[in-house]
Amino acid sequence: MDSEEALDRLPVAVRDLTVAYRDTPVLWDVDVSMPEGKMIAIVGPNGAGKSTLIKSILNLVPLTSGNVTIYGKTYKAQRSMVGYVPQRGSVDWDFPTTTLDVVQMGMYGKLGWIRRPGKRERDVALECLEKVGMASYANRQISQLSGGQQQRVFLARALAQDAQIYFMDEPFAGVDATTERAIVDIMRELRESGKTLVVVHHNLETVPEYFDWVILLNVRVIASGPVEEVFTREAIQKAYGGRMTFLPDSVGEPSGPLRRAESLGD
Amino acid sequence: MNAEQTILLTGVFAASSCALVGSFLVLRKMAMMADAISHAILPGLVLAYFLANGPNLVFGVLGASLAGLTTVFLVEGLQRTGRVKSDAAIGIVFPALFALGTFMISRYFANVHLDADAVLFGEIAFAPFDRLIVAGVDYGSQPMIVLGAITVLNLALILFFYKELKVATFDPGLAAAIGFSPVMLHYGLMTAVSMTTVGAFSAVGAILVVALMIVPAATAYLLTDRLALMIGLSVGSGVVSAVSGYYLAVLIDVSISGMMTVTAGALFGLAALFSPSHGLVARAIRRSKLRERFAADLLVMHLSHHRTAAETFDSLAAELNWSPSWLERVVNRSTQEDTIQVESEAVRLTDNGRLAADRIAASLEPAR
Repeated sequence: MDSEEALDRLPVAVRDLTVAYRDTPVLWDVDVSMPEGKMIAIVGPNGAGKSTLIKSILNLVPLTSGNVTIYGKTYKAQRSMVGYVPQRGSVDWDFPTTTLDVVQMGMYGKLGWIRRPGKRERDVALECLEKVGMASYANRQISQLSGGQQQRVFLARALAQDAQIYFMDEPFAGVDATTERAIVDIMRELRESGKTLVVVHHNLETVPEYFDWVILLNVRVIASGPVEEVFTREAIQKAYGGRMTFLPDSVGEPSGPLRRAESLGD
Repeated sequence: MNAEQTILLTGVFAASSCALVGSFLVLRKMAMMADAISHAILPGLVLAYFLANGPNLVFGVLGASLAGLTTVFLVEGLQRTGRVKSDAAIGIVFPALFALGTFMISRYFANVHLDADAVLFGEIAFAPFDRLIVAGVDYGSQPMIVLGAITVLNLALILFFYKELKVATFDPGLAAAIGFSPVMLHYGLMTAVSMTTVGAFSAVGAILVVALMIVPAATAYLLTDRLALMIGLSVGSGVVSAVSGYYLAVLIDVSISGMMTVTAGALFGLAALFSPSHGLVARAIRRSKLRERFAADLLVMHLSHHRTAAETFDSLAAELNWSPSWLERVVNRSTQEDTIQVESEAVRLTDNGRLAADRIAASLEPAR
């Protein structure tokens, strides 16, 4: 796994990563590899550094130590391969703009400086809105959207980025069941076409159903690997410590979660 | 060009340049930063005066921009320490820099006459007499030319970097991830704000320049949900304030810059009251309509629940605890909608009303 060639084929490789805010470590000596074509969940208690892990991969926070590679190169060199869906609450939804415009922002990176989006960008944005079932909201002011609709718009914007790897920060936070279903379907489609999805997730119960790979995080990496192998009662307890009073029944029996996932998968 | 035209054009340029950058300040929730910059440029101006050995346009603009950026840098640095909140950081930095400026003036330029009124309120009426003279050639009113140039620069900044400024304002995380450094755009915008402030400063003064940046943009924000239109309306309302402010000031013989600001404030008041989408009046009407709609639905549901008993005006008023006049209004509305009918005092659901009750009941099922 650690040979140079193997590293080049890894969508994301994080080595010896430490991130600290002043003198408090948020991530402590993190080593993880994220394999291609998988849906990867990052789970852990509040303050475990889940969002920070994504942000340090995306070069949005300064690293105290370590390095991150995207297909063997730095983030800056591979920027166009990466799509990002920030937390819905991180932006001002009263901003004076339309749904379509927000989706077009996904293509700004490929356009580069100064060049304006034109008809092509508009068409692609409409197509992406269509995929998330929001085409009829294209000209709606964004403050009129519900939480679930906002999340769909963010997903459409990520689709418009046309990336190889997607990073999503809590895409299911505060959305209704229908939207969650729709988002998962689109994620699966992306995975089928060979994309890699890295998702900060907070619902342990749905991990076995939605994801192939899981990274259990609590400042340090507790476990990382295929869900059926590493997502065990013991590892979860270790990540959440005494704070975990409830564990989903399906977790822990090796065959349990998988069978359930298959029966639910359409 | 006569004096009146010069003053008007100076005012129009001041309002336009301010409104262009002001729109982004309002959206970035940085209105108070404009206030801080407008005061903190004083030491920059004094330093420029010192280095150039007298008033010098180029040195003045450079010195003020530098001081403006220093303000932003210090305020954000203080915030980052985590020991001072953002409003307190602004409150610490700009008085300190302003004090530094006044200190420098009293120490090194004690015999230079500095008119406090001119610093605070500006004097746009003097714009025609302040000439831009280069190598003996008189090019015209200096404030007018400087503000005209700044307007063009601000317009160019926004035209070229419209999408970059938009995405960095709406979603700085995405902007950074796709390679548009929000920090760079932020300091670019702050440079423009500093330059605009020093340009408009001589015309309208340190306090009113803030009004011209923030008030028209806040007015435009109430009137539209589109960024490009907001910037346009912001410039429009700034220009209208400048022009009508000038004529009103001449008419009743008061400070021109003061009247321009009062007019801008009045336009904001009108927008806050009467904006079709965000105005208080429109909102009150919407609320009252909603209230009536809800009451009509409630009446239909109530009649549907009490299908067997005959309801009268009096029994309804007692059961619903509504005033007779409100009940009458709701009954009238429902009669018009053909959901109820009134026959000799008795109030009954129509067939249509029964369907409406079923629809309302269905909509109460757990949503989605």
